[in-house]
Amino acid sequence: MSSFGTLLLRDLRLAARSGGGAALALSFFALVATLVPLGVGADLKLLARVAGGVLWVAAVLSALLSLDRLFQGDFEDGSLEVIALSPLALEMVALAKILAHWLSTGLPLTLLSPLLALLFNLDVAPTLTLFLSLLIGTPAVSAVGAIGASLTLSLKRGGLILPLIILPLLAPVVIFGAGAVALVLDGMSGGGALGLLAAFAFGAVLLSPFAAAASVRLNLGG
Amino acid sequence: MISSLTAEKLACTRGDRRLFDGLSFRVSAGQALAVEGANGAGKTSLLRMIAGFLAPAAGRLVLKSAQAEITDAEERGKSVGWLGHHDGLKPQLTVREQLDFFARLYGRAPDASALERVGLARQAELPCRYLSAGQRRRLALARLLVSERPLWLLDEPFAALDTAGQGLIAQLMARHCGHGGIIIAATHDPLGLGNESLKL
Repeated sequence: MSSFGTLLLRDLRLAARSGGGAALALSFFALVATLVPLGVGADLKLLARVAGGVLWVAAVLSALLSLDRLFQGDFEDGSLEVIALSPLALEMVALAKILAHWLSTGLPLTLLSPLLALLFNLDVAPTLTLFLSLLIGTPAVSAVGAIGASLTLSLKRGGLILPLIILPLLAPVVIFGAGAVALVLDGMSGGGALGLLAAFAFGAVLLSPFAAAASVRLNLGG
Repeated sequence: MISSLTAEKLACTRGDRRLFDGLSFRVSAGQALAVEGANGAGKTSLLRMIAGFLAPAAGRLVLKSAQAEITDAEERGKSVGWLGHHDGLKPQLTVREQLDFFARLYGRAPDASALERVGLARQAELPCRYLSAGQRRRLALARLLVSERPLWLLDEPFAALDTAGQGLIAQLMARHCGHGGIIIAATHDPLGLGNESLKL
């Protein structure tokens, strides 16, 4: 197995065994999605109208729960130094960690979304659009989150600052993702919004490993 | 294989404090260098500089091999086997998983004999959270062995080790130097290798 695959597999194994990753994110996502209909009431049209926005915001916040540990654990226990000296470039290390975070958090959130869409009285077409938007957009959440996680690496309680750094950067993801669902609800095509979301996600996944690696280098020197 | 590591007029600044200045030394293949000094003198910073984590404020480091002269920090890092303050181990992984991970990450085949060499063969399937501090240090040593890097940078290598553990690491260091490796260790204890020492 390649060094990249080895690191990816280890991070997935750690996410599965530490118990604070996917299970926590999924529980939070499900709880928020359950509480909102209780708060809004039985207005089915209103629930369907807010579904895209609420589920997208809930998904982003759920993913945030485990983002601060993306590099932090390895930094604190000294693994990051050993990993940084391996033949794997730090940019590829960052990419492996982004992919591991998405596979352990973003993908399970996406797979759960059709079930939660039922609570918001969403029809098949908007539910499918929501699913697709999360599938396309959640990699961007992990990628942008990796930049924030690397910037707050050596800060005590950096997890508290992390949302302040990355939530503004994730505004386009929420706008395009929720917008695609709203367009389909209005009987129009959500393709344009999904296209913009895909472009943003592609850019984020492409560029964030470089930014995250540069920040990790600075922190290792600090 | 590398033939020597040379430091030329190195300076290190942390914040607005200069830790050392004009530091020069040369360590050849098969030799060990003990870096000594009081707490905060810059021992760890020197090791981090050699590993490429920290850029020198002045001066340069040159790693020589038969084929080339390496001055680039990232390139130099590819020759480094690192044993830092922290052991770099995950409590959720077993001893074997931990070692196999590092071996594969460094492009080596997993080597179970490394566990026998550090006396952890019986703990192979035990999660690292159940290891004592000394056993964790031994596992970190096994990681050094499987990385097969010629330049070992060791920060307080004897920390947390009992007498047997200290004997073991002395034996592993002697063997590494015997095979033409270089060791630079920040330590308060003698390495016992008939080595040079550098006082910061």
